[in-house]
Amino acid sequence: MISLTDILTLLPESFLTVAICALLLLDLFLKPGQRSITHYLAIAVLGVTGWLVLQHYGAPRAFGGMFVRDGIADVLKVFLLLTTALVFVYARPYLRDRGLFVGEYYILSLFAVLGMMLLVSAGSMVMIYLGLELLALSSYALVALNRDSPLSSEAAMKYFVLGALASGMLLYGMSMIYGATGTLDLDKIHAAAAATPQRGMLLFGVVFVVVGIAFKFGAAPFHMWLPDVYQGAPTAVTAFIGSAPKLAAFGMAYRMFESGLGSVGPYWQQMLAVLAVMSLAIGNIAAIMQSNLKRMLAYSTISHVGFLLLGLVNGQPAGYAAAMFYAISYALTAAAAFGMILLLSRAGFESEEIDDFKGLNQRAPWYAFLMALVMFSLAGVPPLFGFFGKLLVLKAAVDAGALWLAIVGAVFAIIGIYYYLRVVKVMYFDGADDASALPPVADAPVRTLISINALALLVLGLTWGPLYGWCARALGIAQ
Amino acid sequence: MDSVIALFNSFVNDWPNLSLAIGLILLPLLPLIISVAMYVWWERKVIGWMHVRMGPNQVGPLGLAQAFADVFKLLFKEITVPEKASTFLFYLAPLIALVPAMAAWAVVPIGDKMAWSNANAGLLYLLAMTSLGVYGIVLAGWASNSKYAFLGAMRAAAQVVSYEIAMGMAIVSVLILTGSLNLSDVVQAQAGSKGFLEWYWLPLLPMFVIYFISGVAETNRAPFDVTEGESEIVAGFHVEYSGSAFAIFFLAEYANMILVAFLSSVLFLGGWLSPLQGWGLGILSAPGWWWLFAKAFVMAFLFLWFRATFPRYRYDQIMRLGWKVFIPITIAWTFVAGCLAFFGGVTIGPGGTP
Amino acid sequence: MTTQLVIFYFFATVLVASALAVITLKNSVHAALSLVLTFFTAAGIWILAEAEFLGLALIVVYVGAVMVLFLFVVMMLDIKPESMREGFIRFLPVGVIVALVMLVEMLSLIGVKALQAQALPPNPALADGSNTAWLGKALYTQFLLPFEIAALILTVALIAAVTLTLRKRSGVRTQKPSEQVQVQRNERLRVVKMASEGKPGESA
Repeated sequence: MISLTDILTLLPESFLTVAICALLLLDLFLKPGQRSITHYLAIAVLGVTGWLVLQHYGAPRAFGGMFVRDGIADVLKVFLLLTTALVFVYARPYLRDRGLFVGEYYILSLFAVLGMMLLVSAGSMVMIYLGLELLALSSYALVALNRDSPLSSEAAMKYFVLGALASGMLLYGMSMIYGATGTLDLDKIHAAAAATPQRGMLLFGVVFVVVGIAFKFGAAPFHMWLPDVYQGAPTAVTAFIGSAPKLAAFGMAYRMFESGLGSVGPYWQQMLAVLAVMSLAIGNIAAIMQSNLKRMLAYSTISHVGFLLLGLVNGQPAGYAAAMFYAISYALTAAAAFGMILLLSRAGFESEEIDDFKGLNQRAPWYAFLMALVMFSLAGVPPLFGFFGKLLVLKAAVDAGALWLAIVGAVFAIIGIYYYLRVVKVMYFDGADDASALPPVADAPVRTLISINALALLVLGLTWGPLYGWCARALGIAQ
Repeated sequence: MDSVIALFNSFVNDWPNLSLAIGLILLPLLPLIISVAMYVWWERKVIGWMHVRMGPNQVGPLGLAQAFADVFKLLFKEITVPEKASTFLFYLAPLIALVPAMAAWAVVPIGDKMAWSNANAGLLYLLAMTSLGVYGIVLAGWASNSKYAFLGAMRAAAQVVSYEIAMGMAIVSVLILTGSLNLSDVVQAQAGSKGFLEWYWLPLLPMFVIYFISGVAETNRAPFDVTEGESEIVAGFHVEYSGSAFAIFFLAEYANMILVAFLSSVLFLGGWLSPLQGWGLGILSAPGWWWLFAKAFVMAFLFLWFRATFPRYRYDQIMRLGWKVFIPITIAWTFVAGCLAFFGGVTIGPGGTP
Repeated sequence: MTTQLVIFYFFATVLVASALAVITLKNSVHAALSLVLTFFTAAGIWILAEAEFLGLALIVVYVGAVMVLFLFVVMMLDIKPESMREGFIRFLPVGVIVALVMLVEMLSLIGVKALQAQALPPNPALADGSNTAWLGKALYTQFLLPFEIAALILTVALIAAVTLTLRKRSGVRTQKPSEQVQVQRNERLRVVKMASEGKPGESA
């Protein structure tokens, strides 16, 4: 039976749902020139939802354990909402210039956010699956938003087919775990998994679940869809699916592996280690060969997923806290990276080739500086945000005794620096084809926010303690 | 191997029971086929009168034997199969149309618990069976390999799927007030002391109207007969059919019409209950199968009246009516029905929530 | 019971055969129809296992609605069977290997299951025979949240489908039935009172 506490616990999600539906209806009655109202309202909805997340109404669990509200969920949700809001601001000029400034972009993105929020709060395998599907379906549609572009349609098709396959894998694995433990509840699985007589079936299920989650994460060798989707989708959509969902993916992996299968850690830790190493290798090496910045960032995502998995491999709270910190740092940095592409693109010019950034320093020194900050952060150059993410993850791996994993991670991190620095080199040392100053970016909020976002990478890098403390507290690590 | 033989033996031992069951299953078919024949005759008569004509009057007294004469004519005619038709599906299609139309009768009660199968999920079963009928039409249209037939089939597929939603929602609202999927319970829930005012047509008036109109659309009858659309696509999905294959389509269509007439009587008009129930008028207030048949007769008459009266809807208008008018109304009224049940506006029947 | 067993084997045979037909038939319409038969027999098996709600829901939803639309689309597409078979031989070895691996995995799994005759006890809530009411109750209490989220997923699917297909093209003249049906008589027809013209032969 549901009670008022249940509803209060679910208040942010409930508010978001109602607000999306209201926005959907409102959007119908807006004239094309008034689309900005949807834009600002969508950001306001994210803000109010974030505020509600920070209010601690309700209980730690609701709907009979279906929904979990703990520190991890709260931290991830706050950053999910923040990242999405950033992307919304960055995306507006891009969408407007390309005739994609439609209410559906916001509605579908908000539905995806809702799916991610439910995903990171999932207390049952059903909720994991449904949250994931809500996120995935919205993402498929978003990728296909630009219907006139064959590249975009192809990307959406690949994303859909492989995503459906991954969902099938995940569901199959879940059914096996259900068969072995007799429950869908993650807590009860945690209790029952270690004692189940059907270890074969459980292991079988875990394999499929790992494959399904790896598909959704984009971890190698299940990464094939990722570069095509990142490149094919409109950049405004890539910015969204390339940033916030990584937070949700961490939440999902934490719920499934730690909350659910934590008692049978050795079953999945080896597989995650293999995935991590493969992702690091394939992501970093393939990224070197890319000439398209979006595609390069896609491969860099794969390598970052590898790092994230490094944090999960040892199954220790410190590792989870490091992975969570990593996910947050990656989401904010990726939002800024795609934000820069969005900022520099204009009507009829995508600015997505690395060559498009040639000589940016001569044309717009401030943006070149911001872009350099973003690239350094992605590469993990101290003292930027990304560096501490990598550091914490590697430290957690070393502490857990997985020294060889840490060494592999460090080696590939150094290889990775090469292609990030290539972008910086192109901006500062190559001559521009057209040395005239860039036309000023019209949208003041975009200009301001991207500067704040990129500088925040520096500031958060210098003062990473409080944020890590928040992550650590969420995981119950005493400081 | 032994187990297989044992299985076979026990199956053979079970055979008397099984054959009895099969006999019971086949029993209602003959009355149904005869009533279809009489219904066809009645249709031609009624439409004739409405058009100020005589209708059939040559074969037998009042032309009563006309329908049988037509049946025999069709049975003795050759079935022509178009050269490039998909022969197997071409022959299969009429049967697929017929079987669900017949199978649906299994759960229709003609008195309290008097049904071939007093199934608990009777209403769902009905929904399932009525949704299958469209396959016959779609297959016929495709297998004929003819443009007109194909157009008719495509129209039928879209139309039937659309109207099924409204129909399903109407049934859901009945379900809410009854609290049971059993058709006998549905009728029992409409019993009371206030005569015909106890029946569900009153609290669910919009649903009743929509259910019946959707029933007309589901059976592809005028004014929703665009799948046949004589004036545009000749005879639609069965343009290539002749002889007994055509007769089977005919049979399925009219059996479905009678089914819809019976169902709207059972769901909304109190089934076998007397319209004067609870008024203490002796036999007039007593329930009985004759009431159900009388109600079904009136509903079946409406089909004919519609056909004689209304011009055919255009295809896009049908789609608009289904999606933009009926489905919103049914969703809203399902909510109203929920409120009625929750706040006690209508007594929940004996089937009520356990 | 044994009659049920015979019926079960009959349904199971038809199910497997039609499922095989789905993936082997060349004609896509025939394959889709085999899929219909597969669903139908699966529903039959479920009803035999006393899951009548699931069985009937399978027929209503998949056979009655989804597959009709599926057929609708398949019939509209003019798929040439020959082009579909290109690459069949080329990918056959890979397919066979994958299939064999899957088969071994499945068999090992069934072996695991066979050791444990009854993995889970039957749900005592279903003892009274009708699972429709139980299912409804479970969906609206224990599984209320997932149920509502499933509804949201369907809403997203709807929005996505409309977003990707609704295209307002300019310069195309289309009928708007919702406006047409609201036409009033006096917008289309004017009754004019006029003097009689008299008989043809007479001069006015």
